[in-house]
Amino acid sequence: MIEARDLHKAFGRLKAVDGISFCARDSQITGLLGPNGAGKTTTLRMLYTLMSPDHGQVLVDGIDAAVDPLGVRRELGVLPDARGLYKRLSARENVDYFGRLHGLPEDVLASRREALIEALDMADIADRRTEGFSQGQRVKTAIARALVHDPRNVILDEPTNGLDVMATRALRRFMLHLKDEGRCVLFSSHIMQEVAALCDRIVVIAHGRVVADETPDALRLQTGEANLEDAFVKVIGSEEGLAA
Amino acid sequence: MNTPSGKLPQRSALVTVFLKEIRENLRDRRTLISAFLTGPLLGPILLVMLLNIALNRELDKAEQPLSVPVIGAGYAPNLLDALRAGGVVPRPAVADPAQAVRKQDADVVLRIAPDYGKAWRQGEPVQVELFYDSSQREAGTAVERVARLLEGYSREQGAMRLVARGLSPATAWPLHVARRDQATPQARAVLLFAMLPYFFVITIFMGGMYLAIDLTAGERERQSLEPLFANPVPRWKILCGKLAAICAFSIMSLLITLLAFAVVGRFIPAAKIGMELDLGLHFAAHVVLLMLPLVLLLAVLQSMVAAFAKSYREAQTYISLLMLVPLIPSAALSFLPIKAQPWMYAVPLLGQNLGIMQLLRGDGVSGVQLGWCLAGSTLAALLAVLVTVQLYRSEKLAISS
Repeated sequence: MIEARDLHKAFGRLKAVDGISFCARDSQITGLLGPNGAGKTTTLRMLYTLMSPDHGQVLVDGIDAAVDPLGVRRELGVLPDARGLYKRLSARENVDYFGRLHGLPEDVLASRREALIEALDMADIADRRTEGFSQGQRVKTAIARALVHDPRNVILDEPTNGLDVMATRALRRFMLHLKDEGRCVLFSSHIMQEVAALCDRIVVIAHGRVVADETPDALRLQTGEANLEDAFVKVIGSEEGLAA
Repeated sequence: MNTPSGKLPQRSALVTVFLKEIRENLRDRRTLISAFLTGPLLGPILLVMLLNIALNRELDKAEQPLSVPVIGAGYAPNLLDALRAGGVVPRPAVADPAQAVRKQDADVVLRIAPDYGKAWRQGEPVQVELFYDSSQREAGTAVERVARLLEGYSREQGAMRLVARGLSPATAWPLHVARRDQATPQARAVLLFAMLPYFFVITIFMGGMYLAIDLTAGERERQSLEPLFANPVPRWKILCGKLAAICAFSIMSLLITLLAFAVVGRFIPAAKIGMELDLGLHFAAHVVLLMLPLVLLLAVLQSMVAAFAKSYREAQTYISLLMLVPLIPSAALSFLPIKAQPWMYAVPLLGQNLGIMQLLRGDGVSGVQLGWCLAGSTLAALLAVLVTVQLYRSEKLAISS
């Protein structure tokens, strides 16, 4: 379970995140939805302790990120906005590197790595150097290395960005699979259809604030719009930054 | 879900980073060429080329027959015989000696006056003229040689005249100057090798350069720093693992260059120009010892500079500029003859420079000097590590956009 409590973060005079609170529960997919520049990535960066909030608290499975950031990182699998791979290492070696940084024993690492390679359907590319990988192959590798330590909580920052239809569908299936395994899945997106298709709960962010935190059905009901996209436009108050 | 329980072994993350950096960079041709080929071999190759030029010039001037155009050779056959005995080959006269020298057609021209024979027979002083251009530095040895032969001949003839008049030749020369050159054969080599310490520093630089750039600017540019920092490893451990990898590459480069110098040193005919050069194991071992703290210091400085850069290219530019800094002590020492004070050994770069020059002179490095040198540079390196660790904590560091 991931809890954000009244997070604030400013860069100079710009208040990127201005009082965000929400809770992402286990066995659920929580979508962080908002237009570009709404503060999604900054919020996520505070959750996985890359940044510390100016004010507020992050709890992952009850561990306070300000007190034990390493403990929080151990409980999290993260696919950040930046998902660069080491191009002179093969996909397998990329995954192994992160597994070893997590301190996994070699036998556990090997079995986890192979399970992920199968689940993500990437056996054909596993021993190739990642230089020249397609966007889809890169995301698969980045997800495999993010999940190699079998984390209970998974954070994905715009995971389908730049993927083609087939890769997107495969990724959505994989996220549902993670949810069925009982994990807490939190992902950000600015794409309505994706959020509608996957989420148990939608947290809508605009201008650094939470403007809605509901189930998809409740969101439709609350706004009186049958169409989720219209509901979204209504809660953020404008069509600004709304893509796809 | 088997999240690893308990504490991670203290060292494993650092070693993991180190091994991964080594493996990744061993696969990069550009890094390999720079670290193990161009960097370490640049110095020895340049040295051989420079030495060859210098040696040939010295040997030419000292032993080779020296051709000198002589005007009025017929007036002084005995003088010419004496010159021939000294290795001078008289050439036919030139029309305008001043022009010939200025145009560098000849290094030196000798003119003998037509009344030479007559004056000589009457025992009167006679004048011979040497034309040369002192701004032509290469001609210096030739001029010196002819002048010395002429003076020698003059003394010899003078002495014979005194003896013929029943006087001791010593009456004419009350003062006899005996030169006692205290330069050891090694010390003479020092002048030529003043740039050697800089070559070692450059080698260390080039060995670790691409790794240092990769450490922050490279990782950020390829967007892998943020995922790396999402791992449950303190940043200082990641930094130290990477620094260790840079140092390993730098030390490897240094060893290769020392080996190359040792091989080259065997083939330099240094003894021919009165030098002695010891670039063997004793020298190499001391250089490695002196350089060890500097390897760490340079690794940290390069990483620090690269951390400020927004892109790979920018980092490359900064590091190239940084590479000029070690030139300062080398250049200063070769232009300003400074008498080394003990504290100077504690100054990073300067200390190594002085130490290596001492080794080349054959004086060796004393324990105190070595101690100052190691202590000063190690302290500077550790301070730089602390500053860089601090820098590495910055939130902005990981974010590419």
